[in-house]
Amino acid sequence: MSVLLYTENWDGKFKKVSFELASYAAKLAAEMGVSISAISLGPVEEEELTKLGNYGIPVVLSASCSNYTSLDNQAIAHAVASAAQQIGATVVILAQSNLGKAIAPRLSVKLKAGMVSGVQGLPVSLNPFTVKKMVFTGKAFANISIQTAIKVITLAPNSFGVFENPVKLTIGKFDAGLSDTDFTTRIESTNKVTGKVLLTDADIVVSAGRGLKAPENWGPIEELAALLGAGIACSRPVSDEGWRSHNEHVGQTGKIISPNLYFAFGISGAIQHLGGVSASKCIVAINKDKDAPIFEAADYGIVGDVFKVLPQLIEAVKESKS
Amino acid sequence: MKILVLIGNVPDTTTKVKFNADKTAFDANGVQWIINPWDELALTRALELKETADSCIESIVVANVGRVETESTLRKALAVGADEAIRVDADPKDAFYVASQLAQVAIGFDLIFAGIEASDYNGAAVGGMLAELLAIQSVSAVSGIQLENGSLKINREIDGGSQTLAMNLPLLAIVQKGIAKEPRIPAMRGIMMARSKKLTVATPIEVEPLTSILSFELPAPKASCKLVAEDQAKELIRLLHEEAKVL
Repeated sequence: MSVLLYTENWDGKFKKVSFELASYAAKLAAEMGVSISAISLGPVEEEELTKLGNYGIPVVLSASCSNYTSLDNQAIAHAVASAAQQIGATVVILAQSNLGKAIAPRLSVKLKAGMVSGVQGLPVSLNPFTVKKMVFTGKAFANISIQTAIKVITLAPNSFGVFENPVKLTIGKFDAGLSDTDFTTRIESTNKVTGKVLLTDADIVVSAGRGLKAPENWGPIEELAALLGAGIACSRPVSDEGWRSHNEHVGQTGKIISPNLYFAFGISGAIQHLGGVSASKCIVAINKDKDAPIFEAADYGIVGDVFKVLPQLIEAVKESKS
Repeated sequence: MKILVLIGNVPDTTTKVKFNADKTAFDANGVQWIINPWDELALTRALELKETADSCIESIVVANVGRVETESTLRKALAVGADEAIRVDADPKDAFYVASQLAQVAIGFDLIFAGIEASDYNGAAVGGMLAELLAIQSVSAVSGIQLENGSLKINREIDGGSQTLAMNLPLLAIVQKGIAKEPRIPAMRGIMMARSKKLTVATPIEVEPLTSILSFELPAPKASCKLVAEDQAKELIRLLHEEAKVL
């Protein structure tokens, strides 16, 4: 019996979500009284792999073949499944990321393992193995039991936290026995978002809606986000109008996020929008309409003009930093 | 070529979610049912591809797993332009159960579209499971798809950017926002034509679900919002720092 976690990397580096996954897996394995290993696919330097030891991971299996950087769904699912079989994993944990969501269902079929995505924190019970997840896009939670011997779960970001717990880490080489022809995903071009905080990885998100009136008014939003090291999001009408990229749309049909702090500027808070952000730990709403539904979901609020409040907030953040 | 679009039958996105007394089942009383929003976008893109001048697409088939009452959702898909529909006559027990049923009817398609998740159970699983059951390649978080002379160009979102891919068929594309702009609204002519389009009812196979929902919970009611005056931005930052401890 063992726990396996798949730690994704981006250009050979781990992100916060990988360390949250490591912290989570270490705690779960301790509760279950079983051993734990991580699997890493693609070129990652030894120094980077070693960081996993800081979060309680004693063993990492590393397959450094560069083919994995194409994020080929079939090949990655095959590799993670072989690692799971090799170590006799009974729980396989992935991040609820674009890649994690793509791989987990394929793993579920390969390992004949029940799967639950977007799990919130540690299992509610180990026997039967029961986890909690958000359903109806944030309007409710469900407690779901997995009946199979092997379980596959993806962890909702920010639902557990990152905890340091240094242990000695051993790096093992891993070969899933794949050849070049097993990788059929061909990348023609990559457009990397650089210098910006990933929306799904962000601790703080600054979001704005139609209340900003026009796309050229986003300057202060970007400035505030940069000051706070925050990700930038928007409401559905804003992305539908093409004011901002649909990648920034949070809500029922966009991204579902759960940062520690969510700022909503000029967003009325339609039920579909709230679905995408209600898992945030703290919601701050700034809206000129005191009856806007966003204030029912918010923890803190200012009833006022976003164009007056934004510059003041920027100044206040600058002051608090100095 | 033939395209299959998987259709989820979900409560309207404005539904106030309620459960039965012991919180073990969703209360469907008075609920309006719609095509899962991501599946609707997938269908829209499939129709656009078929309508392009040099289209090599013969037909677009939609499929779901559900009882007879879900047929109105399938008819809506036919009304906006899908050519035929398949309904596997069973209650969708879990994602693996649904994917296993769909695997029986998803044979002979070159391209399969699945929504990235459904707005009811947000499982994000059926598409990937079906691809694995059919042993075909999948691409997830697809935000664009083009067919040029029978070759397939896919845009996908990755964690930290986006990519353009060249993919072979057969393929299962798991699509998200961006794949198509606005879903289509059925016109009267489409609704009339949908009535005479073929809707096949398939018998489910025996398969055990791998998970089960034990209970539901509604989120704890929120404490009321603490309001700060318009000119007190500094105070708001102090509260976030010292009281909420999130800054």
